[in-house]
Amino acid sequence: MSSPTSESAATLTLPIVNDGDVVRGRQAVRDLAVAAKLSLIDQTKLVTATSELARNTLVYGGGGELRASTRHESGRVGIEVEFIDDGPGIPDMDLALTDGWTSGSGLGLGLSGAKRLVDDFEVDSSAGHGTRVRIVKWKR
Amino acid sequence: MDRIPILRIGDVLLVSIQIDLQDQIALALQDDLSNKIVETGAKGVLIDISALEIVDSFIGRMISTTAAVSRVLDAETVVVGMQPAVAITLVELGLTLDGVRTALDVDRGLALLATALRSGHAEAEADVLAHE
Repeated sequence: MSSPTSESAATLTLPIVNDGDVVRGRQAVRDLAVAAKLSLIDQTKLVTATSELARNTLVYGGGGELRASTRHESGRVGIEVEFIDDGPGIPDMDLALTDGWTSGSGLGLGLSGAKRLVDDFEVDSSAGHGTRVRIVKWKR
Repeated sequence: MDRIPILRIGDVLLVSIQIDLQDQIALALQDDLSNKIVETGAKGVLIDISALEIVDSFIGRMISTTAAVSRVLDAETVVVGMQPAVAITLVELGLTLDGVRTALDVDRGLALLATALRSGHAEAEADVLAHE
């Protein structure tokens, strides 16, 4: 899925099926953020959000994939990352976005924390239909 | 699987994380440190994270748990060298590392541990005197 107003550049797709893939996903997103000249703090926020969401894909989604690309939209540049899985989905989105709530053994900061770290945040999920999370961090 | 080396210097265990940390390696480090504290009777643990480019909720929890476990095992933990961008991100993410002592660099961390260990000894001696 792509955002209608954006001009999409090459999309990098990585499988997320183990711990090492989470690290590779972080590194790939870092490389894009560096190339797009995001500030160090914005790079760190984006990569941290990527780490949280890729781990969710792995732990709660049972694995899936990460798609990362550089977006150009009305004269600004940003990095978009999508996390896609065919897992059990999120039955109650409001609850899942509550700080401290977790369906697993985590701290319950992954989804809500990641949302605070990026500019655009969209979740598309329902019970039984997998989860797709899309985030964007724009260059300031 | 890679493991992070733990160095012993006197009463202190020193760990410097120089790789992009996978979850399983972080968990292994937590176990290794706990075992090493018991094995060596170390009184302090110093974790240098200056090379870490991110600390997410998983690594943050590993750090908090390590500090809590060391305390139960009679050792103090100090985390040193956190990069400013990492600190800002960590707080915005919602992690405050409650109960974890921090210092800006290894020198200051060692000084903090030395002070903590001295006052610990002083308290222990005072206890002994009080019971005599």
